[in-house]
Amino acid sequence: MREAAVVTSRPNAQRLSIADNEGILGTLFLLPAILYIVLLVGLPFVFAIAFSMADVSVGNTQLNFIGLDNFVNIVKTNQFRRSLFNTFFFTITSQIIMIILANILALVLSIDFRGKWIARFLIMLPWATPISLGTIGWLWLLDSKFSPIDWVLRAVHLLGPGTLLGPGLHMNYLGREELAMASVIAVQVWRMLPLTAVILMAGLTSIDQDLIDQAEVDGASFWRSLLQVKIPLILPIMNVALLFGIIYTVGDMTIVYVLTRGGPVYYTQILPTWAFFKGIEGGALGEGAATALFLFPILLAVAILMLRSSRRMEVT
Amino acid sequence: MTTTMIRRLKRALVYGIVAVFCFFSASPFLWMVITTFKQDRDLYRPTNNPFIFNDPPTLDNLRLLFHNTNYVVFLRNSVVIGIAVVIITLLVSIPAAYSLARLTGKWGERAGIGIFLIYLVPPTLLFIPLFRIVVWLGLNDTLWSMIVVYPTISIPFCTWLLMGFFKSIPMDLEEAAMVDGYSHLMSFIKVVMPLSISGIVAVIVFTFTLTLHDFIYALTFVSASRYRTISVGVPTELVRGDVFYWQSLMAAAVIVAIPIGFVYNMFLDRLVAGFTMGAVKG
Repeated sequence: MREAAVVTSRPNAQRLSIADNEGILGTLFLLPAILYIVLLVGLPFVFAIAFSMADVSVGNTQLNFIGLDNFVNIVKTNQFRRSLFNTFFFTITSQIIMIILANILALVLSIDFRGKWIARFLIMLPWATPISLGTIGWLWLLDSKFSPIDWVLRAVHLLGPGTLLGPGLHMNYLGREELAMASVIAVQVWRMLPLTAVILMAGLTSIDQDLIDQAEVDGASFWRSLLQVKIPLILPIMNVALLFGIIYTVGDMTIVYVLTRGGPVYYTQILPTWAFFKGIEGGALGEGAATALFLFPILLAVAILMLRSSRRMEVT
Repeated sequence: MTTTMIRRLKRALVYGIVAVFCFFSASPFLWMVITTFKQDRDLYRPTNNPFIFNDPPTLDNLRLLFHNTNYVVFLRNSVVIGIAVVIITLLVSIPAAYSLARLTGKWGERAGIGIFLIYLVPPTLLFIPLFRIVVWLGLNDTLWSMIVVYPTISIPFCTWLLMGFFKSIPMDLEEAAMVDGYSHLMSFIKVVMPLSISGIVAVIVFTFTLTLHDFIYALTFVSASRYRTISVGVPTELVRGDVFYWQSLMAAAVIVAIPIGFVYNMFLDRLVAGFTMGAVKG
């Protein structure tokens, strides 16, 4: 509430004093934000590193320095290795599928057609709704016994005795290793696709229309103008969309937590969920913090790429 | 082929692609809505066509949701947290954004990029130490834990968004106000703020939805049912052991999902501007 006091007390202050001193006013305006970020982002980050090198648990609040023991311990476990691999596999696969679909979607949505508003509303729904609630819908859609997808497959004779997908009556999407991973990726794509598409659309509309007109005047075909004019022009914005996609994929654990809880066994476990199960549910805060810290190099790389791509944009 | 035929084919192709995407995006919600109104014996018979009502639709599941579960409590908690976080975010972000846009000059640009980078630090990296801090402050199992922590996500993004808004307002307007005898602070309040209303509304919508979206912090900080939010309460509390009340569960999700989707959609362009600012000029 400090900032409220600052704003309301100023008008009564003497003119040409603090209210007009740009240096002081600027600092006062900025201070609450900086304090908030230092105390609740900076400090926890330092704590994360400290915890990862300490023998700290929910019951034990002492910070006994144990060096890299936590890292050594977690790296030895199969669960961790699988989580690390899954994090990369999950992130890369979902981003590739997403960016391809988003490009198609952005192209189509940049055309004018009747009913576009409702189409946009429906397509945006997965991104707009709280992700845990959307995932609950998928949990029921992929249910082991009552999945309507199974019902459709059975109805068209692709599933059931003597059919292509095997004799069982159910696919059991979340109970089989590959299908569970595919399901988690599908839900991630479902959720991120709208955001990526609208970011790309913003890129498409910002393209200098003259360049496209010029290409058409010069007799470029649809494909030629797409491949040689439009795509190179939206490449920087595609970068931004991908980087956001990666941040939101490694920065969240909701889909895996709600859909599979890392299962079957630990085949869909990713670093964030493993850190949660280990650190919060298991109470081993140190090992949990160490697990989560493995995300940091990924995020750092993303941040650097993001800065470089935005700087390049400013030059052109 | 004539040109009209080609045009028609193109049109059909566009509609076809749009229809496929709409189906992919909306079908889980459609399935949720159908499920909400189904009776048990209709829902749990595998031979029944799941997409139609084999038995007449019922409102019993909604009654169960509102009378026999903590759903209303979750809704109230989410609204209280949302409003509190919006207030904190506005109080902190508006001055900071203005300061970065105007008062600290060249240095402000670097600080602006710094703020944006903070936005990229995800909850998955910080939830364990923040849990410790929340326990240490005695805020675990209270709504305060989330009210205090959520602004760490909303402040960086909203400051960044508002910075763009303030920059787009010509400096001349403020200078004219100052010539008229206003202090710099008053000229900000009287001139810049009213011109930035649409940006501030976007920030309110964004912050509120962001508090609803969060899952990991709410799951980590709160274990008592009566302090849970919609986002965590629905998937964890409405499942009794191994028994899923699927219809009520789907109702709980859809009741929140559709209105938020509606509001969010209206402010979409603003939010996209926030995401792409710097990368897309103009």
